[in-house]
Amino acid sequence: MNRALFLAVLVALVAAGPVAASEEHPTLAELEQEVICPTCHTTLALSSSPIADRMRAFIRERIAAGDTKGEIKSKLVDQFGESVLAAPPKKGFSLLVWLLPLVGIAVAGIVIGLLARRWSRARAPAQPDPSSNGRAPLDPDLERRLDEELARFDA
Amino acid sequence: MGRGLKIALQAGAVLLVALLVALLGWQVFRTNEGRELAGKVDSGQAPPAPVFELEELDGGGTVSLASLRGKAVVLNFWASWCGPCKDEAPELEAAWQRWRDRDVVVVGINLQDFDTDARRFVDRYGLTYPVLQDREGWTWGRYGLKGLPETWFVNTEGRLVGERFEGPVSAEDLDENIRLALESEA
Repeated sequence: MNRALFLAVLVALVAAGPVAASEEHPTLAELEQEVICPTCHTTLALSSSPIADRMRAFIRERIAAGDTKGEIKSKLVDQFGESVLAAPPKKGFSLLVWLLPLVGIAVAGIVIGLLARRWSRARAPAQPDPSSNGRAPLDPDLERRLDEELARFDA
Repeated sequence: MGRGLKIALQAGAVLLVALLVALLGWQVFRTNEGRELAGKVDSGQAPPAPVFELEELDGGGTVSLASLRGKAVVLNFWASWCGPCKDEAPELEAAWQRWRDRDVVVVGINLQDFDTDARRFVDRYGLTYPVLQDREGWTWGRYGLKGLPETWFVNTEGRLVGERFEGPVSAEDLDENIRLALESEA
């Protein structure tokens, strides 16, 4: 258990390292993939429009000035609105875009699980009572009458 | 599965699908709305101009189209990086100077641009008419713009009249359409 926990923490730390470095010291290539050109509606990496060139120049300036990725994105959102981001921010109303697919998957999983359980019950063959010697159990009323007849016969 | 749970799940699924269809319909409607508007203007109809309220570039507050009712309005959509916008800027300023005393207002709507670049452009071309900033590109969709620049004319009753110009507009075109906007009534 402790070993598994240690491994999980180690993996999380290794994964978090590059993310933190990318946030603190972003590159133009990274941001070109995460920012949308407002005229052509593709990422900056795919656009050669005049405004895309201007935005690239702005990003270079801000990187040189030491801005973090979040600060650069925030300044671009101030200028062009949230539609400038390739992925919506994980806050406010936009958080729904991230959460809804997860909720959908969870609901679908629950529904499929319930249906599978129902189908498996409906199709499962009736298990014979081990005490009935492989035969189907008798109706309780019939069994009672049989016991009475047997008792009379024994007497 | 209980009957109540089954009905609740079915109702939830139907509701979800209805919501998604409604969202899709709304998006299609909004996209077509702008495209249809341009078609109506081109065919000589006088549809109501989509209203807006935007911040002035110089930070002087907001301006709404509704507040300009009673005046003929020249709506010029532009950006500082757009070449033809540079060509027509002096013509727009000259038209503003010619007509400003006769219930005419030229309104520049800056789109897809940096504030600093837009201000530099305004200073460079000496623009004195109101310039508004549409950061979210709201007017782009509502007016069905296809590129920059575009120039539209709103009459004194808030309806789009005359010609709609994609690309730079000349002094003659401005004068002719401003006259039409002042005279036309729906």
